[in-house]
Amino acid sequence: MSSQVTAVSSASAWEGGKSPYATNSKKFGMWLFIISDALTFSALLFAYTYGRVSNPDWPKPFDFTPSIIFSSVMTFCLLSSSLTMVMAVHQMNHGNRKAAGGWILATIAGGVAFVGLHLTEWLRLINVEHVTPASNPFGVPQFGATFFAITGLHMTHVIIGVIYLAIVCQAVLRGKFKAEDVEVSGLYWHFVDLVWMFVFPLVYLMSARVN
Amino acid sequence: MSTHTEQVEHIEGATTMTFSKVWIALLVLTAIEVFLCYEQLPTVVMLTLLVGLSVIKAVLIIAYFMHLKFERLSLFLTLFPMLIFCILLMLIFLGDATRIPVMRPGF
Repeated sequence: MSSQVTAVSSASAWEGGKSPYATNSKKFGMWLFIISDALTFSALLFAYTYGRVSNPDWPKPFDFTPSIIFSSVMTFCLLSSSLTMVMAVHQMNHGNRKAAGGWILATIAGGVAFVGLHLTEWLRLINVEHVTPASNPFGVPQFGATFFAITGLHMTHVIIGVIYLAIVCQAVLRGKFKAEDVEVSGLYWHFVDLVWMFVFPLVYLMSARVN
Repeated sequence: MSTHTEQVEHIEGATTMTFSKVWIALLVLTAIEVFLCYEQLPTVVMLTLLVGLSVIKAVLIIAYFMHLKFERLSLFLTLFPMLIFCILLMLIFLGDATRIPVMRPGF
């Protein structure tokens, strides 16, 4: 009986009794969330791009200096925070909780810097350029709606990520949570970075003005 | 016991050196994108180049930072073909979007 069971389960990882993905359920759950969230962002970015491409009058409100330089610095913050997050996961896998906590704090700092710079950019657009979700002085009303919807949803993800990482960080430093929990939070953070890698060229670089 | 084996598996894969290299590659690709924006190319050419570079960046982030390169192939096959297929389906209307400007009267 038992030899039969062994024979069956060794035939395929899908026969039961094994983890076919060789991963824990938290990580798999996060991956499923990321895939569904990726579809949400792609739908928004596709809708935006269609509006952008089909409209020759689409405004170019972002001056190369300072707006594009500014958003490039934001991209740098987010990319670097991804590197520090990888380091945190790496240290946690080696059992160095204190170092992992430090790297997570660095990641949080990157995220906070990104949100701070992004809000500055938003306030400049709202107060100086008078762009709102409903109207703008450029003559294409969709611009404000799509800009604030996409960057707003992304910024919401970053803020949630910062809160998530803060919770993970304090737990790690207090000796709670395992390496896999840090890895799962890392997956979320990298995804937020990944989305920005599409938002930055499509929303900012496509609407840049070079004088 | 089983968690112990899992931990050992995770430690293998990539080193901090690899991560740093990926980070530098991502920064270089971003710099190329910013440079392209400075060049002010036609919209569709610009869009193709930027999305192409972004896809390379996405693959680097998913493979190395999100560790997918070191996971089982079954995880990748479960998650990504479906996602890529759905994203490609969204491309169906792109032809219409690029045609609309030239269909405008007086354009």
